[in-house]
Amino acid sequence: MSLTCYLPRDTTTLALGGQGIAAALVEHAARRSLDMELVRSGSRGAFWLEPLLEVVRDGQRMAFGPLTAEEVPGVLDALAADVTSHPLYLGDPQAIPWLAQQQRLTFSRAGLGDPLSIAHYQSHQGFAGLQRALTLSPQEIVTELTESGLRGRGGAAFPAGIKWQTVLDTSAQQKFVVCNADEGDSGTFADRLLMESDPLQLIEGMIIAGLAVGATQGYIYLRSEYPEAFHMLSEAIAAAQQAGYLGRDICGTGRAFALELRLGAGAYICGEETALLDSLEGKRGVVRAKPPLPAVQGLFDQPTLVHNVLTLAAASTVLARGAKCYRDWGMGRSRGTLTVQLAGNIRRGGLVEIPFGPSLREVVENFGGGTASGRPIKAIQVGGPLGAYLPEAQWDTALDYESFADIGAMLGHGGVVVFDDSADMSAQARFAMEFCAAESCGKCTPCRIGAVRGVELVDRIIAREAPQENTALLRELCDTMEHGSLCAMGGLTPNPVRSALDYFVEDFG
Amino acid sequence: MRTEDVIGQLIEQHRETPGALLPLLHAIQERVGYVPAECVNPIAQGLRLSRAEVHGVISFYHDFRSAPAGRHVLQICRAEACQAMGSRELEAHARRTLGIEFGQTSADGAITLEPVYCLGNCACSPSIRIDNAIHARVDTGRFDALLSALSDADPA
Repeated sequence: MSLTCYLPRDTTTLALGGQGIAAALVEHAARRSLDMELVRSGSRGAFWLEPLLEVVRDGQRMAFGPLTAEEVPGVLDALAADVTSHPLYLGDPQAIPWLAQQQRLTFSRAGLGDPLSIAHYQSHQGFAGLQRALTLSPQEIVTELTESGLRGRGGAAFPAGIKWQTVLDTSAQQKFVVCNADEGDSGTFADRLLMESDPLQLIEGMIIAGLAVGATQGYIYLRSEYPEAFHMLSEAIAAAQQAGYLGRDICGTGRAFALELRLGAGAYICGEETALLDSLEGKRGVVRAKPPLPAVQGLFDQPTLVHNVLTLAAASTVLARGAKCYRDWGMGRSRGTLTVQLAGNIRRGGLVEIPFGPSLREVVENFGGGTASGRPIKAIQVGGPLGAYLPEAQWDTALDYESFADIGAMLGHGGVVVFDDSADMSAQARFAMEFCAAESCGKCTPCRIGAVRGVELVDRIIAREAPQENTALLRELCDTMEHGSLCAMGGLTPNPVRSALDYFVEDFG
Repeated sequence: MRTEDVIGQLIEQHRETPGALLPLLHAIQERVGYVPAECVNPIAQGLRLSRAEVHGVISFYHDFRSAPAGRHVLQICRAEACQAMGSRELEAHARRTLGIEFGQTSADGAITLEPVYCLGNCACSPSIRIDNAIHARVDTGRFDALLSALSDADPA
């Protein structure tokens, strides 16, 4: 019997004992003299099923999960006998409803094979977008992207085409493409999954962006909390270089694009694009006032296209499949797909890529299956640590940028963190201020000092010290932070605080 | 090689890199284990920066440490997704078990305890990182098991 086994090597699978499973597979296959090839693949993002082993036998792909090293001999036994009766047998992975009900564009390749294999990438439409871009003029590429309706996936949802056009239209000796891979929001892991499971897609998107705006140098600014992504990106960049996709002569066309991977150093604020640029320049990550926009005067004062990982990756999809194909997905002004990341206290957590539009409740119930603890959901925080805590009355809101803005919330980078009824929302409000105090870059006083005062005020309210006066003062402080801070750190920290006060007042004593 | 020679060599390697300071500090910390105060002067000279700028950067970023860490660095994720799965209890358990606070090293020099804001493993919380390995769904029992595996692996 000859077998090909696919086992992910992404952070989550490794954190759940992936290396032990790989070792057990090799050991037990050898003992049985099985002809087995083990491919370390990316993950599909169905983290509730990880470690998910996929086996191809006689051309048929079948999955087993969630697997432990101890269960490996049993799986091999079942493969030799009646495989469908094994308790971890999941059948065709593509047909698992949780995956089959998604619309995968950006994550269509994730989990299928070796993320570092150029040949595998090419055999799944990889570099098709780049090949097309190489036949277009810069303006034609920018127009294609503009017409796709793609908006920045980092959180601000700014129309990507406008940024590309601005950088293209600004003349300079040197322009840059910078990938913001400082995915610091709790509850988000889409960028990490893409970099670990399909890093070549990001590289392709950055090359296309470089061709479009006239930049010959790119940087990926990756957070240091992602050691596995660092490893995968380093290897992928080397592979792309070797295959002639990066460097001075892209695919023999004489056009150039160099790409360098840079590591952050544990500062949340460097996810803010101007602080990121300062950090790349070797400075403290301090937020810059805008204007000038980075598109006009960014890295080393040169025109710079700064985008989140998913935005740049989507550029390769847009070029490969065409603007219209991308635009046809979604609702209203939110085009394409949204990557929801189900996290926290959730039964079936992981990455869900779907067209914009369904309600938060549908996604959390249908895909997420409720809480991991089995207790009722109390609050859902959407959009990272600066997003509001939403009470049940708001869970029917449609998942698109405008609908969320209408209720004073934000979709952000698509992180959905679920809390059960044991959560204490006054502690969450306190943490929001504590986090802001720890991570503020210090430039704006309302953020730097306000967050410290905010922690003190929440403490006094919880201790029932003049609670009414202190609550009024806390709200006033939130207004000051919101209006008196340059960036989202101080400007949006009031979101989780106010929502806790508004919807969960009983938790404040 | 003496530490100052290592640092001198690394400065030399990074001199021409645009925005060299962070890559250089990462390289120093990887080789030396921390960023010694004595390297501020040579870095400032080598990269044509003021000492204040160099010190400002070292002290701004959580990653750079000014003293050696323990044999292992143990980070506990304190962010929201982990909080929703009991990371506050895990933090308290870790402090109690190790007898130290965040930022401190255990008396036997084995472990430095640090907070981290998100390891990006938020669907399988709570998460911790020990050196370069991330561990998922860490309850207090699993935490204790990971700790004893560490001490078994260390030379007595």
